[in-house]
Amino acid sequence: MTTSQLPKVEPKPREIVSKARFSDKVFRGVVSAGGLSTLLILALIAFFLVFNGFSVFRSEGLQFLTGFEWVDADLEQGIPASYGIGAMLYGTLVIGILAVIFGFPVAVGAALFLSYYAPEWLKRPMVIVIDVMAAIPSVVFGLWGYFVLMPHAEYWAKLIHKYFGFIPFFDMPANAFSRSPFIAGLVLAIMIIPIIASISREVFAQTPPDRIQAAYALGATKWAMIKAVVFPYGIGGVIGGAMLGLGRALGETVAVYTVLNLVYDIRIEVLLSAGGSVASMIVNKFGEADAPELKALMAAGFVLFVVTLIVNFIANGIINKTARKG
Amino acid sequence: MTILAATPTQPWKPKFANLWPEFLGVLFTILATLSIVAVTPLKGKLGFALTLIVVATVTSAVVSGLRKDKRAATNSVSTVFIYVAASLVLIPLISLLYEILRLGLGGLSWGIFTKDMSETASDSPLTEGGLLHAVVGTLYIVLIATIVSAPIGFLAALYIVEVKGKFASIVRFFTQAMSGVPSIVAGLFIYAVWMIGLGNSYNAAAGAGALTILMIPTVARTAEEVLKLIPDDLREAGLALGATQWRTVISIILPAARSGLITAVILGVARVAGETAPLLLTIGGADALNLNPIEGNSSALPYYVWKNYSLGNPESIERAWLGVLVLMIMVSILFASARYFGRVRGQSR
Repeated sequence: MTTSQLPKVEPKPREIVSKARFSDKVFRGVVSAGGLSTLLILALIAFFLVFNGFSVFRSEGLQFLTGFEWVDADLEQGIPASYGIGAMLYGTLVIGILAVIFGFPVAVGAALFLSYYAPEWLKRPMVIVIDVMAAIPSVVFGLWGYFVLMPHAEYWAKLIHKYFGFIPFFDMPANAFSRSPFIAGLVLAIMIIPIIASISREVFAQTPPDRIQAAYALGATKWAMIKAVVFPYGIGGVIGGAMLGLGRALGETVAVYTVLNLVYDIRIEVLLSAGGSVASMIVNKFGEADAPELKALMAAGFVLFVVTLIVNFIANGIINKTARKG
Repeated sequence: MTILAATPTQPWKPKFANLWPEFLGVLFTILATLSIVAVTPLKGKLGFALTLIVVATVTSAVVSGLRKDKRAATNSVSTVFIYVAASLVLIPLISLLYEILRLGLGGLSWGIFTKDMSETASDSPLTEGGLLHAVVGTLYIVLIATIVSAPIGFLAALYIVEVKGKFASIVRFFTQAMSGVPSIVAGLFIYAVWMIGLGNSYNAAAGAGALTILMIPTVARTAEEVLKLIPDDLREAGLALGATQWRTVISIILPAARSGLITAVILGVARVAGETAPLLLTIGGADALNLNPIEGNSSALPYYVWKNYSLGNPESIERAWLGVLVLMIMVSILFASARYFGRVRGQSR
C-alpha cells in the first residue's frame, strides 16, 4: 500500500468568513450614521449660509470681500444697498494677529515653565489654572476687559504712543485710546493663551527623554537643551497651537464687541479707537437688520466660517503631523 | 531593638554655600528696583514691574556670567523670561476672579433665585427682581443641547475608535475642525434653518440647537480619548466569548468607559454654558420666566449678563456682574465635577 494510490487532493485553505450578525450590521449602521453626521452638519452650515447669502454674493461679487461700505438701501433717497466687509475682514486679521503676537510668547514660556522649570508641587495647580482659563465664558472676558483691563490698557497705549509714536503703527490722529484694536488684541491674547499653552505642553511632553538627557550629559545648560532638543522637535506643534489660537481669536464675538469700536475704514494705527471684526459686526447689525441686510450678514458669516475652517484645518494638520512623530 | 540605617545623602542638592550668591542676587534685585522706582519718575505698578524685570534680567546675567561663563548668563536670562511668562498667565486670572467676587458678591442673595425681572425696572436696586428666568433658561437650553449632542458625540467617537469605518480619519479631522467653528456662525446657521427656513420664532430650543453644534466636537473628542484608553484585552475578551461587536461595546466597552464619558459630557456642557453670541441670535430674550422651551422668547444667564451690560446704568451693570458670578459658580461646579469623575476613572484603573 503506497501513498500514491490515494487520490490526490490539492490542499485548499479554508476560507474564513465572519459574517456580521444582523445586530452588528444595525450597530455599525447607526454608529456610522452618527459619525458621519458631523460631516453632514458642517456641510449643512456651509449650504444654508451660502443659500441665504447667495444673492448678496452675486450682486456684490468680489466687492463683498474688498468693499469698505455697509449701507442699507434707502428707497426714498434712491440709494442702493452696498455691502462690503473688507474693512471688517482686515480688522479681524489685525486683532487676531495682535492676539497671537501678545499671547504666543507668554503661552510658550508658560508651557516651558510647566515642562522644565516648575517644581513638582506647582505643576498641578498651574495646569488647573490654565484649564480654568480655557473654560471662562467669553462674555466674562468681555466685561472684565471693558471695566477692568481697559483703564490700564489705555494708560499703556498712551505710554507706547508717547515713546514709540514715530512708528506709523503707534501714531495717533485723534486723542481716542479706548476700544482700540490694541486692547481687543490684549483681551483675545488672554483668551487664547490657554489653547496655545496646553498644546505646546502636550508637544513638549513628547520630546524623547533620551535626547534631553544626552544634551545634559554633553554639558548643556537648560536653555541650551531647550534650544537644541525641545524646539526643533516640537516647533511644528507649537506653531499649530498658535494657529489654533488664531482661529479662536478670529471667530470671537462678544469679548471683542465690548472692547472694540467698529469703524468701516482700514487703518494701520492699532492704538486708535477704530477697528473691525466680522463676528462682532454680525451681532452689531443683527438687531435691526431688514431682510436684504440679513442676507448680507449670512454671507459675512459664510466668509468667517470658511476663513476659520481653513485656519483650523492647517493648524490641526500641523499638530497631528507633529504628534504622530513621537 | 534599634534599626541601623544610613541617612540618605543627597549630594545633588544645592548647599547654602552654593546658594548664597543667588540669595544676594534676589535681595539686590528687589532693593535696586525699589530704589530706582523711588528715585526716577517711573511710578506705579507698571513702572515697578518693568523695572523689576529689567533689573532681574541684568542681575542674573551678570551674576552667572561672572561665576561661570556666557552660556550660563544666557541660561539665566531665559530663566527670568520664562518665570515672567508663567506669572503673566496667572495675573489675568487672579484679577478676573477677584473682580468677579468683588463686584458680584454684593448682589448675591437667595431672593434672586426666586424672582424674575418681569415686574422690575432695570434701574431699581438689586434687592428687587432676580435672575430666576435666566437660570431656568440656561438649564433648559443646556439640557436640550446635552440630550442631542451627547449621543451624536458618542457615536462619532465610537465610529472613530470601535467601528474604524472607511471615513474614520476624515470624521476625526472634521470633528477637530468643527471645534473651531465660531459660535456666531452656529447662531447664524440655526437662524437660517429655524427662523428663515422653517418660519419658527425665537425660543429656547433654537438656542439649544446652536449650542449642540458647539458641544458635539468637545464631547466627541473627549469620548474618543477615553475609548482609546480602554485596553484591547477587554475587546478581545468580549469577542473571544462569542459576543458580537454590538454586545461587546454595550456590555464591556461603555461600562468600562462610563466615568470618562460622563466627564466628556460635563466638559461639553462647561464649554457651551457660557456661550453668548449664538443665543443673541436665537432665543430672543425675555424678562419673565418662561417654562416652555419650545414656545416664546426665553432668557439665559449669558444673555442676562449681556443685556444688563448693554443697558448701561449702574444698577444693571451690578446685575451683569451678579450674573457673571452665578454663571462662574455654575461653570466651576461643572468643571470640578468633570475633574472628580476624571480622577475616579484614573484611580479605578
